[in-house]
Amino acid sequence: MPIGLLRHAVRGGRRDLPPPSELKPSYDVVIVGGGGHGLATAYHLAKHWGVRNVCVLDRGYLGGGNTARNTAVIRSNYITPESVRFYKEGVELFTRFSNDLGYNIMYSQRGQLTLAHSDASLRTFRLRAEVNKHLGVRSEMVDRKQIREIVPCLHMDDDVRYPILGGLWHRDGGTARHDAVAWAYAARAAEMGVELHQRTEVTGIRRDKGKAVGVETTRGVIACGHVVQAVAGMSSQLAAMAGFRLPIRSFPLQAMVTQPLKPFLDPLVSSAALHAYVSQTARGELVIGGGSDPYELYSTRSTLELKESLIAHTLEMFPFLAEVKMLRQWAGLTDMTPDYSPVMGESPLQNYWLDAGWGTWGFKATPVSGKYMAETVATGRVPDILKPFRLDRFATYDLANEMGATAASH
Amino acid sequence: MKIMPCPLNGPRNISEFSCFGEVADMPEPTTADDAAWAEHVWYANNTAGVVREWWCHVPTSYWFIAERNTVTDEILRTYPASEVYNQRVEFAPKDGTA
Ligand SMILES: Cc1cc2nc3c(=O)[nH]c(=O)nc-3n(C[C@H](O)[C@H](O)[C@H](O)COP(=O)(O)OP(=O)(O)OC[C@H]3O[C@@H](n4cnc5c(N)ncnc54)[C@H](O)[C@@H]3O)c2cc1C
Repeated sequence: MPIGLLRHAVRGGRRDLPPPSELKPSYDVVIVGGGGHGLATAYHLAKHWGVRNVCVLDRGYLGGGNTARNTAVIRSNYITPESVRFYKEGVELFTRFSNDLGYNIMYSQRGQLTLAHSDASLRTFRLRAEVNKHLGVRSEMVDRKQIREIVPCLHMDDDVRYPILGGLWHRDGGTARHDAVAWAYAARAAEMGVELHQRTEVTGIRRDKGKAVGVETTRGVIACGHVVQAVAGMSSQLAAMAGFRLPIRSFPLQAMVTQPLKPFLDPLVSSAALHAYVSQTARGELVIGGGSDPYELYSTRSTLELKESLIAHTLEMFPFLAEVKMLRQWAGLTDMTPDYSPVMGESPLQNYWLDAGWGTWGFKATPVSGKYMAETVATGRVPDILKPFRLDRFATYDLANEMGATAASH
Repeated sequence: MKIMPCPLNGPRNISEFSCFGEVADMPEPTTADDAAWAEHVWYANNTAGVVREWWCHVPTSYWFIAERNTVTDEILRTYPASEVYNQRVEFAPKDGTA
């Protein structure tokens, strides 16, 4: 065995994170949830707002939640102008990410093709393409001939249940290595003094006169100036500790990868009607995702039904994959909102900030939500770009409806 | 295959059923304000534990109530809605005006 490798094996662990320390009695900001969103918020607080007395707490390990489980689709072809503007900045931050943080996240902008199998989908795609173009996002309608050119191996015959009628071609779509995003933010935040505490579960929120003043954890109580909650599928549980309810329901979302194949699929291909989307990783594996589980559950078990459905629908698009073996299958716990948009900013409790409701689509927003959550906490003011996603929108029936653009295609 | 014991059709594959969320009392229609409706329509307890939910057996359009553990995915009990809802709900304004 080469001596370098042996040394690495003996030393063990990742060297870019400091060893675990004791919890301090108090911090300026406590961030609950060490997924991409919590870590990005910590990074931006330290980097751009000079707020460094910050700790990130996770009951498991860093980036082990949905950040580790998503299918890494990054895109901005949403339907409401509010969302398009927000996710567009998200894509821009991803294109610069590796350089900005000095950490290779393997960002790969290969374009995303979404398929229409009905006239209704074609009409929504046209609307999305026009809204997107108006706001500077590269989206266009494509016909069957163009689809053949973009993905030559796609099954385009009419002998299927839902023949392909047209598509939405989104050149800005892409993927990145999801774990690397969390690791990059963790490493750079730690360099600036942010503390990361894994296996530290928050069990209660201390309140005084309508204000958050601390958190109870499995390792003791911490006082703090601000709390940020970024706990994905556990959002309602944490909010309950803080004394309020959310318009959120938790559903498992499953995905799978196949054994590696020679590269044959450049863009990402997605079909809401078939509840399936496919992309090929740099390693050659096919990543296959689909819709959420049919009922609420706090569990990341996987089911045969979902595997059967994902596989059947993928074979409708790529029948030649029939003999390919499945390599891994897993689930994450997603926090779904009624309008398929996140809940960000103020909560009923002062100094207690929400970064929740990311459901099945929040990986692509990791950098942009971190940036603006940090601004929110540092200035105490919710920036305009986040206002459409305020919790209050439900009380005023002012929803940011992304159902058509988000469900099942991430 | 996961089995749902339907009070009308007996044990069936759960893929034949749709879940319609926790059983929650509707606000009093004659007095509820916008905020009360928003709370009822959008917000959820999202309980981790035993919940009481509306389910429907889609092929027979039969609605019933199931008690289910949302952590262990166990279905504890199912029964006809008439066990809970045995009173007529009046939608007409109480003072008799239209
Ligand atoms: C199968 C799947 C596919 C997906 N595909 C895509 C996609 O292609 N594109 C996309 O944009 N999005 C996708 N998503 C959604 C995306 O993964 C999430 O929205 C996003 O990763 C959420 O990041 P987060 O940091 O908020 O949450 P997470 O990464 O889940 O982090 C939350 C953390 O909070 C911790 N936590 C929970 N409770 C407590 C507590 N009480 N105390 C301390 N810590 C706690 C957890 O341990 C966890 O690590 C997908 C999700 C899944 C499950």
